[in-house]
Amino acid sequence: MIAEAGHYALVLALGLALIQSIVPVIGAKLRDTALMQVARSTALAQLLFVGLSFLALVALHVTSDFSVANVYENSHSLKPLIYKITGVWGNHEGSMLLWVSILALFGGLVATFGNNLPLSLRAHVLAVQGWISTAFYLFILVTSNPFLRLANAPMEGRDLNPVLQDVGLAVHPPLLYLGYVGFSISFSFAVAALIEGRIDAAWARWVRPWTLMAWMFLTLGIAMGSYWAYYELGWGGWWFWDPVENASLMPWLAGTALLHSAVVMEKRNALKVWTILLAILTFSLSLLGTFLVRSGVLTSVHAFATDPTRGVFILLILCFFIGGSLTLYAWRASALKQGGLFAPISREGSLVLNNLLLTTACATVFVGTLYPLGLEVLTGERISVGAPFFNLTFAPLFVPLMLAMPFGPLLAWKRGDLLGAAQRLYAASGAALIAVAVLWAWVRGGSAFAPLAIGLAIFVIAGALTDLAERCMLFRVPLPISWRRARGLPRAAWGTVFAHAGVGVALIGIVCESTWNTELITTLKPNDVAKVAGYEMKLDDITQRQGPNFSELVTHFTVTSNGKTIGVMTPSKRNFTTRSASTTEAALLSRGPSQLYVSLGDAAANGGIAVRIYHKPMVLLIWFGPVLMAFGGLLSLTDRRLRVGAPKPAKTARALQPAE
Amino acid sequence: MIGCALLVLGIAVALVLNALRDSIVFFSTPAMVAEKHIPAGKRFRLGGLVEPGSLQRGEHLAVSFKISDGSATLPVAYQGILPDLFREGQGVVAEGALDPAGVFKADTVLAKHDETYMPKEVADALKKQGHWKDDYGANAGKKSGDGGKSMQGASR
Repeated sequence: MIAEAGHYALVLALGLALIQSIVPVIGAKLRDTALMQVARSTALAQLLFVGLSFLALVALHVTSDFSVANVYENSHSLKPLIYKITGVWGNHEGSMLLWVSILALFGGLVATFGNNLPLSLRAHVLAVQGWISTAFYLFILVTSNPFLRLANAPMEGRDLNPVLQDVGLAVHPPLLYLGYVGFSISFSFAVAALIEGRIDAAWARWVRPWTLMAWMFLTLGIAMGSYWAYYELGWGGWWFWDPVENASLMPWLAGTALLHSAVVMEKRNALKVWTILLAILTFSLSLLGTFLVRSGVLTSVHAFATDPTRGVFILLILCFFIGGSLTLYAWRASALKQGGLFAPISREGSLVLNNLLLTTACATVFVGTLYPLGLEVLTGERISVGAPFFNLTFAPLFVPLMLAMPFGPLLAWKRGDLLGAAQRLYAASGAALIAVAVLWAWVRGGSAFAPLAIGLAIFVIAGALTDLAERCMLFRVPLPISWRRARGLPRAAWGTVFAHAGVGVALIGIVCESTWNTELITTLKPNDVAKVAGYEMKLDDITQRQGPNFSELVTHFTVTSNGKTIGVMTPSKRNFTTRSASTTEAALLSRGPSQLYVSLGDAAANGGIAVRIYHKPMVLLIWFGPVLMAFGGLLSLTDRRLRVGAPKPAKTARALQPAE
Repeated sequence: MIGCALLVLGIAVALVLNALRDSIVFFSTPAMVAEKHIPAGKRFRLGGLVEPGSLQRGEHLAVSFKISDGSATLPVAYQGILPDLFREGQGVVAEGALDPAGVFKADTVLAKHDETYMPKEVADALKKQGHWKDDYGANAGKKSGDGGKSMQGASR
């Protein structure tokens, strides 16, 4: 019953999406208010029905209804409740349903909070959202129906892939999708602007918060995924330059560029055409990511392979939306008037540089991800492009980006003073140079790379703080006045500081972890002691334990440092009987931002067990950095200016005049 | 400003081409290794089935095994912890280089999580050479999990 109801709700949502795709556009053409208003109600109703459909699938998983193929293949009655719920999106069909649910959620948000948008713009935006949802509802219903019944209901399910039975799955895909799909809003706004043939600062003011929100979730989603891979896969790596990871990194890079160019557009009414293009590209890359992950075209460490009908279907969706929007862009972009001239050395100029470097970096990732695919199609030769490629291309592009980062906020709009900005960065440069000198002395002539990279990170962080100090005139006016100024600063300014500092923090983590990481792989017997980076780890015992749907080999390690016990670590190896698959559960012990990491290998013949022990200095900063960035995004999002949304009515009259 | 943009793009293209020349890794099966005369020291990925009965463990976690594709086999040496689902008779992909004696020194071994599956490259290569048997895994190339990494690696 529930399955049929869920299926029916999904079909209804498709019907509503079809209405939403067509009626508002006709309404806008005829300038018929009632028809344009249809967009709002259909968007909300669509959200309701797809939400019901999603809840139906959750209910089926929770009640372990194995007569439904999707539940049978991905669930088990003994699986803990939380994994029964997260297992809903731990498979192809369910995750696509989550995808469209989030799409409908964003459509619903625009419908709810879009009251101060011009009516025709809102109608167009929601219609474009309707096109996207229609395509994906069709995709789900035709190729990936999660509500398919099995003729003979089995007694027990096949269980979820053990690697996915982890809280990481509860958080990572929803966050990632909120990011991916969130960019559909900026895409819809861009396409709507092209259809209407006009665009202005109010448009940018509308697009920015949506982009910011999507970017924030995507940042957290990527960071979360990286941390998940780090602790779940048991070999301490946190980024693999795997195509599926790149699929989420590309929209992030383009989205970061979009975020910055939208600032220029909002403040200076410049870079309009470019911003529109970026909005289209960002969501296109999200769609490309969905294609890469969902169609199974990639030989990936993730290997999501599914059957080709799905791939072809998504490829068609991809061609339609990317091709269609770019054609529309080529046709209509010339109608959009450029405005706001600026000198090369200016805030705008620095943001253009930011965009240039970010999009180029994005392009290198694109090449590295798709080149093997293209080569295989053309020549049949199989290659893999891994970390060395990206270290040689991506990293050199990020160095100038980070060097330029502190300068941007210190330059004035229109025409900036580079020398003045450089002078204000004396303190930051000094801090960076001291850091380089101290580290260099400390590593005693070792590789120069790490001290220089950390110096760069310190420069970025200190540069972000310099911007803050400048804004509240620290040390130039009495402290209480500085404090008052700091409190009076727009939250967006604080957001910039946090986000930029976050990049520096992440870089420190990345450099420290990859340079000074200690690794010990050995075989230990009970009561053996391993020494890693000044810590002594004693293997106390090896025991067997029974979990709900797995059996587990558990070891206890007592960790001591200078004779003092600082903790117990219990890494284990789980064996999942249903899938006869095993997973390695690493144990982590945090010491400040550094971590000890232990994972188990095979049991040896002599009663010992192979272990892998790492000491990873500053490793937590790798993920703390993105959290800071996302927090910066959140601060910006709560800025009064963005909360209020479109400009005040008095200004609106002027701002909304057609740009032609 | 356009000059600056072209400069950045130019540098990026140079970087990409340079990196593509130096850092891509080709995939081979043991038979292809024999055909192509891959020189010692050149990094590549070797894929095939772990030959049953060939796995030997030595001191200090040293392991050696043979990778076979039905028509040729190649000895592989590795030191470290093998991935959870490394099994004799199962598909595997190893990355490393040949030593002068013709032994493949692997520094990374990738195996698949799901027992009914084998790496796509391996499946394709075996099919191409006509050594594909259905019992190698009816679900090869079919779906595994979602949102996670279903191939598992071990790296020194």
